[in-house]
Amino acid sequence: MLDIVHLVLFTFLAVVAVAIIRLKDLFAAVMLMGIFSLLSASLFTVMDAVDVAFTEAAVGAGISTILMLATLALTESEEEPKYNRFKILPLIAVVLTGAVLVFATFDMPRYGDPEAPIHQHVAPHYIEHTDDEIGVPNMVTAVLASYRGYDTWGETTVIFTACVGVMLLLGGHAIVERFRRRRKLDVEGDS
Amino acid sequence: MISHLIPRVLSKLLIPLIMLFALYVQFHGDYGPGGGFQAGVIFGAGIILYSLLFGLDQAKEVFPPRVLEIFVAGGVLLYGGVGIAAIFAGGNFLDYDVLAHDPHHGQHLGILLVELGVGITVAAVMATIFFQFAGRGRTDD
Repeated sequence: MLDIVHLVLFTFLAVVAVAIIRLKDLFAAVMLMGIFSLLSASLFTVMDAVDVAFTEAAVGAGISTILMLATLALTESEEEPKYNRFKILPLIAVVLTGAVLVFATFDMPRYGDPEAPIHQHVAPHYIEHTDDEIGVPNMVTAVLASYRGYDTWGETTVIFTACVGVMLLLGGHAIVERFRRRRKLDVEGDS
Repeated sequence: MISHLIPRVLSKLLIPLIMLFALYVQFHGDYGPGGGFQAGVIFGAGIILYSLLFGLDQAKEVFPPRVLEIFVAGGVLLYGGVGIAAIFAGGNFLDYDVLAHDPHHGQHLGILLVELGVGITVAAVMATIFFQFAGRGRTDD
């Protein structure tokens, strides 16, 4: 039963991905990207990763779709035709890279395999000791906020930096104007 | 501007619920799925929905960009502040065990504050980035 759900969701993912590549209308492509994120969120839910699914649904399907739409409103919503010519060399490069990646997946442990290396390192410690070391029922929160507090601290700074970057790039003009006006006022005040 | 009456009325019902849900996700993250990042994104989505339906100018009056800027930095500072507080209490940076009289309470307090910092920053960042995108190319900018 679960395999059928996985199969259906993965098929839809592939179909939507191909559609996004083929579409010339960027507005429709953005909408399909939202659907892609929603499908990924459903997949994460089926795989019992609710925290990740939550984030994917909120960020991927919600915020980034709106930001993409806002970007389209500032630029064109139609793809430039000059990138549509068929070229043989990029095709070979993409097919080769894809083949290598598919070949690499054969070495990866099966989904949910308890013997997988990732489940042998620190995960057993988290599972056994979260209750007496942290005392928080949601193990994901315990790992994110306490065991890996440094990582989350770094991630928060990354988000902060992203915001500063956007403010400088898009609102830089306003900031420069603000400073210029202030300096002009200062100069007038001095003279 | 075209008056989208039905979406506006519906969103007036929905936006408070979205923000309440964000707070639930924020403070229930210890017990269920979710946490600061998700809560921040949901709260930011509420702000964005408001500005989509009621116009950017009114949204900027309700959520002034200057205040949002303070929250963007404030959340990061709250997170770092908890880490520094742990140092002053005699532990390592971000070691919540020493924040309260027993380690479990300290962990609870530390996780709550840290997640709050993440939530504040993320919500303010999402709203700010949207305001920047939506305000681009206007004459008053």
